[in-house]
Amino acid sequence: MEFMGYCRPDGSVGIRNHVLVMPTVVCANQVARGISLNVKGTTWFEHQHGCSQLAPDAAQTARALIGHGAHPNVYGVIVVGLGCEVVRAQEVAAEIKKRCPYKPVQLVIIQDEGGSYRAIQAGATAAHHMVLAASLLKREPVDAGQLILGTECGGSDACSGIAANPALGAASDLLVDLGGTSVLAETPELIGAEHIIAERAVNEEVRQKCYNTIKAFEASAIAMGVDMRGGNPTPGNIEGGLSSIEEKSLGCVYKGGSRPLQAVIDWAEAITKKGLIYMDTPGNDIEQLTGMVAGGCQIAVFTTGRGTPTGSPITPTIKVASNTAMYEKMQDNMDINAGTVVTGDETIEQVGQRILDEMLAVASGKLTKAEVLGHNDFGIWRIAPTM
Amino acid sequence: MEKCKAIVMKSVDNVATAVEDLPAGYEVNFTVNGEAVALLLKDNIPFGHKFAIKPITQTAKVMKYGEPIGAASENIEAGRHVHVHNMGGLRGRGDLQA
Repeated sequence: MEFMGYCRPDGSVGIRNHVLVMPTVVCANQVARGISLNVKGTTWFEHQHGCSQLAPDAAQTARALIGHGAHPNVYGVIVVGLGCEVVRAQEVAAEIKKRCPYKPVQLVIIQDEGGSYRAIQAGATAAHHMVLAASLLKREPVDAGQLILGTECGGSDACSGIAANPALGAASDLLVDLGGTSVLAETPELIGAEHIIAERAVNEEVRQKCYNTIKAFEASAIAMGVDMRGGNPTPGNIEGGLSSIEEKSLGCVYKGGSRPLQAVIDWAEAITKKGLIYMDTPGNDIEQLTGMVAGGCQIAVFTTGRGTPTGSPITPTIKVASNTAMYEKMQDNMDINAGTVVTGDETIEQVGQRILDEMLAVASGKLTKAEVLGHNDFGIWRIAPTM
Repeated sequence: MEKCKAIVMKSVDNVATAVEDLPAGYEVNFTVNGEAVALLLKDNIPFGHKFAIKPITQTAKVMKYGEPIGAASENIEAGRHVHVHNMGGLRGRGDLQA
């Protein structure tokens, strides 16, 4: 099985060819926006972090930014910093260039350029050249095993666990069997279902890391002294029929299919192994998606019951509706309907195959609804307080 | 054949999930392990919500997907709505720590 992708000089494969404008600190957001608005064909995002962060927290933020700049879906990147912040744009840009020596990387420091307009001009000029150069690249046939899939569920309802997630799990198994990689995440949504994934670990070390990661997350929730319910599951999950985090997790774990678990990795850590991987992320949809993309997922499949429009700025995010009513109601946002499993019109395996077919089409260039809407959702998982 | 209006995931489950809005007084048909079951609903069950398919005593585990999803906080008759008003999860309960 093949798709048409962009073969990068280091052997990595992208399914998009973005020129990314990336602020490394909140103070640079407006200049990043200004650069992107002036150069059609760029993508950008904004965030609220990059300064006043303690070292381990700052390192995690930097890891997410570097992961986006160094991503195979990104042809070139404009790294925009202010000049005085903790997460230094110079270091982020240097690390991206070290990992991807072939990739155009332009550094813009607002204080060095002499203010916002000069910074926008410097960034836009560089982005302009990059967009022109990127347009010369052609897609080539690539083996489906080169895909790294990020699996996600958000705005779940009871049908997520009955239809959409099992179908995504079937697609995950198909991809793993083709030699690809599938990432399961959302640690709080494994509470109550941890044994189902941990007991598939390829060795004791992975098995223990799986249990420890989930236990640590639950402990941090308990330390707040409240019932998790209401925070996770959310009010929308509860209206949709989910009564507890265990019930939600037992439905969520289906996204991981049935193949052995190869490794447990940190949020935004680079994905290096093939097969099924578990990445430690929060359940928050955007922080999870950002972590998986930063780790290297070129494509994401995101199931939803209540309906959510979100998508990554650089990784096409395919939306799978868990029920037909919502699929028909939110046609602006839903790519695939898995509600046919609920009505008995299709089997889980049939929808799983449809999801894989859609993944190959999107990998080859078909746009997702989130891309057409211009979604560029990006969220940093902070692990320490702001100073 | 009439479309199934409720799904039981595993044979040890004591709840079914409604896949349509189902009114109180409706006799719902579903299968457990291939066997047909009919049950009179005592509550309105919204789409996606659960109802008990066997009586569940207070503090007993509510079972779905063949696993515990929480415990009943009161006695629940078969055919009753099962949700946050009469069951609670057992995990992530910081409110229960001394």
